Amino acid sequence: MAISTVGVIFSHINDENLPEISRHRTMASVPYGGRYRLIDFALSNMVNSGITTVGIVVKNNYQSLIDHLGSGKDWDLARKDGGIILLPPYSDETDAPYSTRLEGLMGITGFLNHRNEDYVVIADCDGIARMDIADIVRFHEEKHADITMVYHEETHVGSSYFIALAPDETGRIRELRINPKTGGQPLNLYVNVMVMSREFLINTIGNAVTHGFSSFGKDILAKNVETLRLYGYRLNGYYAAVHTIQDYYLHSMELLRRDVRAELFGARDVYTKVRDSAPSKYLAGASVSDSLISDGCMIEGTVENSILFRGVKVGKGSVVRNCIVMQDTVIGANVSLDCVITDKNVVIRDRRKLAGCEALPYYVSKGRML
Amino acid sequence: MLRKKECVAMLLAGGQGSRLYALTNDIAKPAVAFGAKYRIIDFPLSNCINSGIDTVGVLTQYEPLELIEYIGNGQPWDLDRAFGGVHILSPYQAKRKSSWYQGTANAIYQNMHFLKKYNPDYVLILSGDHIYKMNYADMLRAHKESGADCTVAAVEVPLKEASRFGILNVGEDGFVSDFEEKPKAPKSNLASMGIYIFTASKLCRYLEEDDADPESSKDFGKDVLPAMLKKGEKISVYRFRGYWKDVGTIASLWESNMDLLGSEPVFDVADADWKIHSRNPLAPPEYIGAGAHIEGAMIALGCEIEGTVRNSLLAAGVVVEEGAEVNDSLIMAGSVIRRGAVVNYSIVDENVTVEENAAVGEPKENKAGIAVLGRNIRVGRGANVAGGMILEKDYEVK
Repeated sequence: MAISTVGVIFSHINDENLPEISRHRTMASVPYGGRYRLIDFALSNMVNSGITTVGIVVKNNYQSLIDHLGSGKDWDLARKDGGIILLPPYSDETDAPYSTRLEGLMGITGFLNHRNEDYVVIADCDGIARMDIADIVRFHEEKHADITMVYHEETHVGSSYFIALAPDETGRIRELRINPKTGGQPLNLYVNVMVMSREFLINTIGNAVTHGFSSFGKDILAKNVETLRLYGYRLNGYYAAVHTIQDYYLHSMELLRRDVRAELFGARDVYTKVRDSAPSKYLAGASVSDSLISDGCMIEGTVENSILFRGVKVGKGSVVRNCIVMQDTVIGANVSLDCVITDKNVVIRDRRKLAGCEALPYYVSKGRML
Repeated sequence: MLRKKECVAMLLAGGQGSRLYALTNDIAKPAVAFGAKYRIIDFPLSNCINSGIDTVGVLTQYEPLELIEYIGNGQPWDLDRAFGGVHILSPYQAKRKSSWYQGTANAIYQNMHFLKKYNPDYVLILSGDHIYKMNYADMLRAHKESGADCTVAAVEVPLKEASRFGILNVGEDGFVSDFEEKPKAPKSNLASMGIYIFTASKLCRYLEEDDADPESSKDFGKDVLPAMLKKGEKISVYRFRGYWKDVGTIASLWESNMDLLGSEPVFDVADADWKIHSRNPLAPPEYIGAGAHIEGAMIALGCEIEGTVRNSLLAAGVVVEEGAEVNDSLIMAGSVIRRGAVVNYSIVDENVTVEENAAVGEPKENKAGIAVLGRNIRVGRGANVAGGMILEKDYEVK
């Protein structure tokens, strides 16, 4: 059933989390899990919750995102009314393009004014979880909240900018801290998904423009913990924060666990761009174990504890261990890779040996030939 | 503006495929699964769009529901065009005369109004029973250059098998001198592929004459082509030298699937220059477990493999548990092979469960034939399905 909620996705706001992988693309189009991009998880959560209009805020380097999204058809978001709407920076000659989330929101007031949904859900592309947005909106209504912020209990936070929440037993947030020292204690990490009414958001933006505010976290949230009805929605179950390349690597590898796959993919679909690849081929001499293999691969060597994206080739005698190998990477014969992340279209010639370690995977950038 | 198409394809997809037994219980032959991901109809549809033909009428009759759902609006083949695209043409009730399609020619005749809408110069007739990659644009060019009224695509087959096909004999002028449907004593080994290009005006005329002839069986090969030859129309042959396989029997369907395996396959579905489009499964990458053993296989998205798979094709979402074994087999989408079960030389249709320690089929070298399990069959714990057995759908083997 349709819920009266419009989605807004910030495609780029955490780009600095993965400077290597997001050098040529936004965070939203960072490849993940063998055949997905990070935005697919946020978009699928919205679509599976009955949302049919999603505005995607983009700033720069969004060509690969446009290519990925196409008409929105693959997410069932090619719609007469709504669907996927790209929101590039809006500024006249006197303004520089915005830099903060709040300034980004100021730039999409036109979009927000033209919609007629009651609520807005705003999400980033720095986390992977199964989220029932309809349930979050229901919670938001029940609590008569101004803003509902989704949180997950974490002991380790890799990001340099994050918000920790301290909700009371009713869920009301009484304390909100930006970048607190964690000291290894568990904290309630705000996972960059929030719900509010569209009207409240429009008023808040208008107010911020009047007062010259620039930071949503500092000027809107932290300053008004006492006066606003801020509520925390606890996300139970699996959540993968992609704050650093180590996070990216370790969480990707968690997909090799059956329980994680069951939770993310089992009960609902995760949508992504269709590529019409043939099913993967396992040739004589191939040995594959504990790995995720996407379509269009051709494997003649050994693959262990790794994730292969679409169209990867692994030549005879090669050993690929603990690796994330992105789309159309070609690995020649007798190559040895351990704890390596190769970006798209990398070519690794015969007999090369590369190794990183779990804490510091060796990253090979897009299109390189080694 | 008066718009038209140079060439419109008419795809005959109404066949039952009765020699596929349990595999076509509920679906037309063109909807039969192939190559761990595809359905037979993906091949002619992909050939059309890759050849620049964007208007295709699909003539359905036998069990059309799943085929119609699969084709949908044609978007997966880029055949959702504003003018043109793919259209399902089912038998319909008409004001004066209503009937099922009587034969291949009659099926086209009953849809002349569809053709007239696009006003084509040429009509390409296709069947939905074959696995092949062919550029119809080349054939059309040859048709135009030859000045023929009809061009028939043909392949050379071994002479001893020629009596299974429609055989073309070519005269000294290079045009077809006569056409024999399944001759007892074939005079040539040039077999018709059931692919024809007609100059539209001639097709229209001969279909009308054929319809008026009460003696006719309303078939292209048996009636229309011989009638054209009798009247002195020129029929040309377009020789096709690539891979072409009729997958109308259990054995040929199995063989053709196996032709996809290997590093240099007999037939390559991963050809970047000639993409085979299809509906794509919504599934995560396949997971190959720590104890899995795979030798020569094609495995689709969403599979979970913990056991052994040899020389087999597994479609989306197939599960092979630890200690289970699949050899020389085709397993269709969503089927589960439980712990300790063994599947040999079999075709297992969608959503079948082979319970623990059950055995399906016999090793290929025993020559017992291919075992076939229809949809939704459950082979109980420790049960046995003999080699060569064909089991219909929704059944429980104890």
